[in-house]
Amino acid sequence: MKKVKERTIFITVCVAPAVILFIIFMLIPTFNVFKMSLYKWGGYSNNKQFVGLNNFKILMEDMNFFRSFQNTVLLIVCVTIVTMALSLIFAAILSREKIKGQNFFRIIFYIPNILSVVVISAIFSAIYDPNSGLLNSIIAIFRGSEKTPILWLGDQKLVIYSLVIAMIWQAIGYYMVMYMASMASVPESLYESANLEGAGRITQFFSITLPLIWTNVRTTLTFFVISSINLSFLIVKALTNGGPDGATEVFLSYMYKQAYTNSSYGYGMAIGVVVFLFSFGLSALINFVTRREPLEF
Amino acid sequence: MSFNKLYKIFIYVALITLAVSIVIPVGWVFLASIKENSEFYGNPWTLPKGIYFQNFADAFEKAKMGEYFMNSILVTALALVILLVVALPAAYVLARYRFFGSKLINVMFMGGLFINVNYIVVPIFLMFVDADKLLRSWGGDGFFLNNLFIVALVYAATALPFTIYLLSGFFVTIPRDYEEAAYMDGSSYFRTMVQIMMPMALPSIITVILFNFLSFWNEYIISMTLLTKGSKTLPVGLMQLMQAQKAAANYGQLYAGLVIVMLPTLILYILVQKKLTQGMSLGGLKG
Repeated sequence: MKKVKERTIFITVCVAPAVILFIIFMLIPTFNVFKMSLYKWGGYSNNKQFVGLNNFKILMEDMNFFRSFQNTVLLIVCVTIVTMALSLIFAAILSREKIKGQNFFRIIFYIPNILSVVVISAIFSAIYDPNSGLLNSIIAIFRGSEKTPILWLGDQKLVIYSLVIAMIWQAIGYYMVMYMASMASVPESLYESANLEGAGRITQFFSITLPLIWTNVRTTLTFFVISSINLSFLIVKALTNGGPDGATEVFLSYMYKQAYTNSSYGYGMAIGVVVFLFSFGLSALINFVTRREPLEF
Repeated sequence: MSFNKLYKIFIYVALITLAVSIVIPVGWVFLASIKENSEFYGNPWTLPKGIYFQNFADAFEKAKMGEYFMNSILVTALALVILLVVALPAAYVLARYRFFGSKLINVMFMGGLFINVNYIVVPIFLMFVDADKLLRSWGGDGFFLNNLFIVALVYAATALPFTIYLLSGFFVTIPRDYEEAAYMDGSSYFRTMVQIMMPMALPSIITVILFNFLSFWNEYIISMTLLTKGSKTLPVGLMQLMQAQKAAANYGQLYAGLVIVMLPTLILYILVQKKLTQGMSLGGLKG
């Protein structure tokens, strides 16, 4: 009997702190996001007014929200496709080919992932600076320096693609290392027999490597969508703050702006709920579309 | 020229292009951090004329990056300690024991992997605003906002799902024989966990520390929201420098600040890069 009691005490002492912290700092706040989305609330004042789904009704007609929606989707689509393609290609090159300095390349490619998003933003604002930026000064060599400089972050049409490049730059290394790890588990004998059959590198990639690591690609793809929504917020907040004139406003930056600058917490949280549901829906959709019979090896 | 040779050249060009696009900007920041302010007008590609360390002194003193540096060290270290103290026993017990509610708790932490801090930072902030109001109404002083310890606590709490997921994944793989032998010898549950199981988990613990060190050190949304005045952490201080630089054009200071934020993570990365990239394939994904 004593043993049972001892066991119960041990389990409680070990698990309780983690559960309590989790409930206070993650579960309750998440619940509050949903609850607050039903209120009209200016924040610091105690005037909470229950408005039901009214916040969501306003949201449907909010052109600024619609714009942030467009921007987010554009970012997700461009960044996902390019990052996935490039990191798969580089992973295949580094794990299949005999490359001098293979380790060196792997180490270098991973560097952006360990930098703070603020650091990355500062680096890219140095690159994109219209007058003394790294990019424009290279371009000036070809175009001549008397032409007006390209406003990478100031041009409303261009700025979103400047962000795309920064986000790809940040993400490639991480996913590449991930794919390299799973490619390492593909047995060498498959490639040997493919070589004997006379299959070229590209055929090998599409009919051996890609199918065998597909489960991994699928998982990363699902997570990538969620993390792009977050990363786009972090980068936008530090690099452009939604500007110029809302051209780079994304989901979460718009939510943050509504909550803090505009002090409409209830409305901000309604945006949060929509984004939450959107990201889950999108993940589920991707999961469904990419479903294949898993291959064994 | 054969097809193979062309292919090889193409591969090297691609690899080198990507490597250059990473090394040059990062290296350029280091060079820029020792340039004098006047050197920033005109061609950005010129090498620094001399080593101008005053930038670092200015960043440390005038821009308070020295103070923020200490804050960042404090918050990161505290958060790591809290995280390990809380997550290790929980991960071990959840991986090993079946008890009333263990399934529910496991599901809860798994679901936690999908909750991102960016969504819940506003409610967390408001929760502290309310708590401070309550304290003040009792005649106390505000405690929760602008408190480095609280920031560390929030960091640790929000890192729990991933850390527990990673650690229990490891504990599950250790055979039960070790514990059974220890119980035979009369070791208590607690002693078995601390003296037998935790040393075995050391490689995973190191992976956990590495990942969380990077994410705590680089984090800025929580710290920006919860530290509204006075003390800040490094990334937030750097953001302030970025905004100040737009008005005052203090480039040297900004790049010195960038180096101050980057250098610790870069040094750590170079020392442990093998561990980090290996740990990644073990741990799977981060959010």
